[in-house]
Amino acid sequence: MSEDKGPKGTSRRGFLAGAAGLAAGSAAPRALADNVKNLPPNVPDWTRALGDGVAVRTYGNPSKHEKHVARRDVSWLTATPESSVSFTPLHQLDGIITPSGLCFERHHSGIAEIDPQDYRLMLHGLVNKPLMLTLADLKRFPRTNKIYFLECAANSGMEWRGAQLNGCQYTHGMVHCVEYTGVPLKVLLEEAGLKTNAKWIMAEGGDAAAMNRSIPLAKALDDCLVAYRMNGEMLRPEQGYPARLVVPGWEGNIWVKWLRRLKVGDQPWETREETAKYTDLLANGKARKHTFVMDAKSVITSPSPQAPLQQKGFTVISGLAWSGRGKVKRVDVSLDGGKNWRSARIDGLVLDKACVRFYFEIDWKGEPLLLQSRAIDESGYAQPTKDDLRKIRGVNSIYHNNGIQTWHLKPDGEVENVEVG
Amino acid sequence: MSKSANAAAFVVLSMLALAAPALAQGKAQKHGFGIGRAATAAEIAGWDIDVRPDGQGAPPGSGSVKAGEEVYAGKCAACHGEFGESAGRWPQVAQGKGTLASHDPVKTVGSYYPYLSSVFDYVRRSMPFGDAQSLGNDELYAVVAYLLFLNDIVDDKFVLSKETWSKVKMPNAGGFFADDRETSEKAFWNPKPCMTNCRSDAKITGRARVIDVTPEDKTPRRGVD
Repeated sequence: MSEDKGPKGTSRRGFLAGAAGLAAGSAAPRALADNVKNLPPNVPDWTRALGDGVAVRTYGNPSKHEKHVARRDVSWLTATPESSVSFTPLHQLDGIITPSGLCFERHHSGIAEIDPQDYRLMLHGLVNKPLMLTLADLKRFPRTNKIYFLECAANSGMEWRGAQLNGCQYTHGMVHCVEYTGVPLKVLLEEAGLKTNAKWIMAEGGDAAAMNRSIPLAKALDDCLVAYRMNGEMLRPEQGYPARLVVPGWEGNIWVKWLRRLKVGDQPWETREETAKYTDLLANGKARKHTFVMDAKSVITSPSPQAPLQQKGFTVISGLAWSGRGKVKRVDVSLDGGKNWRSARIDGLVLDKACVRFYFEIDWKGEPLLLQSRAIDESGYAQPTKDDLRKIRGVNSIYHNNGIQTWHLKPDGEVENVEVG
Repeated sequence: MSKSANAAAFVVLSMLALAAPALAQGKAQKHGFGIGRAATAAEIAGWDIDVRPDGQGAPPGSGSVKAGEEVYAGKCAACHGEFGESAGRWPQVAQGKGTLASHDPVKTVGSYYPYLSSVFDYVRRSMPFGDAQSLGNDELYAVVAYLLFLNDIVDDKFVLSKETWSKVKMPNAGGFFADDRETSEKAFWNPKPCMTNCRSDAKITGRARVIDVTPEDKTPRRGVD
């Protein structure tokens, strides 16, 4: 619309060239330069012209300027994208709720596209009345809303042998936290009527992996849900549409997506996913199994390798913490690699088995820092160092790496994933 | 009637309408909520594919190592390798014995799986990759028998069926123990961890950039994250 030049006739091309010069030598992504046409005393186009009317964007998307906020994968990790993982961009988010479309993905045989009309949930085994439920049936039961974190047991699994991936999206991005709406599993089990010898249940997916895991009955009757909504809307296909199991505080693999069957039994099934996978191999060659609970963990999401500091001065260090054993009670932050600690400020909701957001404010004068965070939960568990974990478990566990993360903040604002000794 | 009076009347009516159902809130009828219907035996049979360590759930049928070799060559070897050694980055399914306590553990049917059912149930539900639940029962028994043979668990004359199920002895059956973190990692329950002078000065001992395996993010962006 406007052909105005900038106040001093500066061309946009010239400005960008200048910015490129400033950013030279930086590995991390940098912000583009300002466009002076949009800055006072000039009046930008968006202040003059009409924008889109209502109902043009019938299901709204983030601003076109936020396209860099995206799930990302690490292509060398897996043989095929259908059995792989994409990571939540934790460094680009704040608060505790993960936007539905940014929740990390872990599929074992791709995303099942289920027609909700043809969705069925079968509940059978050691029950008095085997049940067949439609999605409409599920929605008729009494329901509840709960905010829970979900962490893949393999989150941080690439870091057992040392600092490897440079970004909290990759080191810690197999976690998300959303609000679920669903039916307590207890309600469904009681509807079918449990036989007196019922001790375990098996959950099975309707995707091409037909993922199956065993769950002790006590957990099933405690706080598990069959959820069909996340953050108010129906589950996303990537998260198990139209229904998934919610197993609060336990490793993500048990939260079976595209849930098609619940079977009640009197012993665990010892499925591939709870024996050959999702068991924790120790240094002596023996493996822990049924390591369901995700221990307390935290990570500083900003600054971090993908979110370097742009300037000195007042700086908010921000991070996430969670525990599968209940509420996060406290988060401590160290600026010197774990020598000295101070408690961070937890801001917002503190809920059972949900993420909390913590902030720690500093006046950064450009000195190098070794940033760490440490979560302590209501059971009294304090997040250990990576070396403390390795002393007990060795480096072959793959799963359940909840060790303290270290970020090296350098004088130029760049941040690197490091190990300290 | 004024607008506000109308609104007030509407609220009262709404409350009356809600009063009766509210009494039933959260309470199941004597025999549950009466939602859904009974699953039929035929419906259950079609989806009830899980198999336990004791063989409960194993289907009728049987398969020999010899028959399994053919199934494996046609439907498995492209990814898992002719002898189970893996092609590219697909899972290795054979050998690896004696590696679990080494720096590079190789977890296979022979070296790691504790139960026959753990592999049988998995193949039954999700293999071949991209054509799940397509194997007939005899093919399924045969290909699992061949996997056992590739791992030196059975000889080349073996025929796997419900009848021979319990004869299979998995080498790593004793390799697992139940989660013991609450005792073996008891030291981590430390609600008042050290706050001051907790260690000597920290020195950097490893760097992710040296390894350089992180995908690059070159997306240009406006604003500052």
